Amino acid sequence: MSKAVLFFAEQNNGQFRKSAFEVATAGRQVADALGGELVAAVVGDAIADSATTLGAYGVDKVIAAENTDFHYYSPEGFTQALIDIITELEPGVVLFPATSLGSDLAPRVAAKLGVGLASDCTELFVVDGKLEIKRPIYAGKAYIRVAFNSEPQMATLRSNVFSAQKQQEGKEAAVEKIQVNVAEGKSKSSVKEFRPMGGDRIELTEADIIVSGGRGMREPGNFAILEELAKELGAAVGASRAAVDAGWRPHSDQVGQTGKTVSPNLYIAVGISGAIQHLAGMSSSKYIVAINKDPEAPIFKKADYGIVGDLFEIVPALTEEVRKLKSS
Amino acid sequence: MNIVVCMKQVPDTETKVRIGADGKTIDPTDVNYVINPYDEFAIEEALRIKEKLGEGEVTILSLGPERATTAIRSALAMGADKGVLLKTDDTYLDSHAVATGLANALKEMKYDLIFLGKQAIDDDSAQIGPRLSVLLDIPCITVVTKLELEDGKIIAEREVEGGTQVIEASLPAIVTAQKGLNEPRYASLKGIMMAKKKPIEEKSPVMEEAKISVLKMEYPPERKGGKIVGSGKEAVPELVKLLHEEAKVI
Repeated sequence: MSKAVLFFAEQNNGQFRKSAFEVATAGRQVADALGGELVAAVVGDAIADSATTLGAYGVDKVIAAENTDFHYYSPEGFTQALIDIITELEPGVVLFPATSLGSDLAPRVAAKLGVGLASDCTELFVVDGKLEIKRPIYAGKAYIRVAFNSEPQMATLRSNVFSAQKQQEGKEAAVEKIQVNVAEGKSKSSVKEFRPMGGDRIELTEADIIVSGGRGMREPGNFAILEELAKELGAAVGASRAAVDAGWRPHSDQVGQTGKTVSPNLYIAVGISGAIQHLAGMSSSKYIVAINKDPEAPIFKKADYGIVGDLFEIVPALTEEVRKLKSS
Repeated sequence: MNIVVCMKQVPDTETKVRIGADGKTIDPTDVNYVINPYDEFAIEEALRIKEKLGEGEVTILSLGPERATTAIRSALAMGADKGVLLKTDDTYLDSHAVATGLANALKEMKYDLIFLGKQAIDDDSAQIGPRLSVLLDIPCITVVTKLELEDGKIIAEREVEGGTQVIEASLPAIVTAQKGLNEPRYASLKGIMMAKKKPIEEKSPVMEEAKISVLKMEYPPERKGGKIVGSGKEAVPELVKLLHEEAKVI
């Protein structure tokens, strides 16, 4: 095994996801600590010239696996591509984003190699030339620090936790293209269709700001006031389990232990009392604001700033105040 | 149709996690163990398929300590036909170890479909489904919110960033269930009575050693209770000022 750090740079139609830059930045730090190079694995049907731009994030080299069957994610094909790249490079560390794709792909690659994989990591350390990671368990009610007994040491990194930082503006990474031989008839599952969600919806796990509503919203129509505030802030809208179980919001909006775990810069909890399973899912937010009529609600114990009172008066006033701020 | 549901017993969502004396695992005192919530969707989907086809068998396969029998019994009360416990002690197992243990057991079983929850809510690793896909060399569709079965294949919808993917796979296949796939049933009194007579086979798992070791477990950084800015809408300008000038997040 070499000291090289390989990471999976996720892209969609030639556009790198935000997570690609986050994992690149984290990977650069690990590579520096190990004294190795940072290599990006890019997999797709047509690797755009934009692959070279990864250089700005400290990537030394890009290995691009191109295959006409790779327009959509193919679990078996992408796994083979990563195995081919890992076999050639023999990296000591392999990192993935903990996105839908990364979380589906990384365990397959780990299983093929018969190695350990740490999911959804929030901190990386290099100790005596070995990787150690920290990751939340019980949706963030506790954290474990783990080390690996196998190589390559593999981890998926949680979105929105590692900040993406450019090292050198305009620096270009060399791109090496490889052919992946996906055996005929080998693809056992295939994506038939992708239905994009309407509008400019911001993904909860990638959002900088989240406005979430709970039981206190009383009925589904009332979420309109949160949508309006979210629009003004450029935020995503989330919901508590109570609001989802009541059928007010789709399951994909749920924040908490049986929903999504999020780490935005700002989390605004509206009409959410703060059940333990909800707090677990949002406590790693940088700043938390609580708006609730009950001054004893547990959410206030986690919140940096709280307002006690009627959310139906406070939220529209907040939207107006933010609007004033943005236009000033 | 033979359907196997891989199920894990986990602490319920109300559990307040306390770190145990070894500093690496949780203190099990007063912990209420339940079927992993995502596995309930998996069990329900398996039962619905069996009921729709009017034939088949649903087997619950669980790798865990003795206490997991209680969760298997609950799944049998929902309507599953039989259970298999791959009995372990309480030591830490990583996804590699668990997946090899389950795969070795599954190789001895008959299956057309294997269901799991999308992740267990204790370890949150979400690796077992895709790992089994490689170890058993059959397709796996993860995080599924809608499933249809037709002509020896499955068509599934899964939630991804920015939309929904529609995926097709041939059988046998693995599906990991996401909330929204269905509404799990409660066990009926009759079901609970019948479950007592259903067989649970106990075996020792054949598994490889863990490739990850836990160095320590710790609590999340304590959040200091913040300040109540005020009450009512009069407090809003001050809140916005704090968010803009102090926190610098808007």
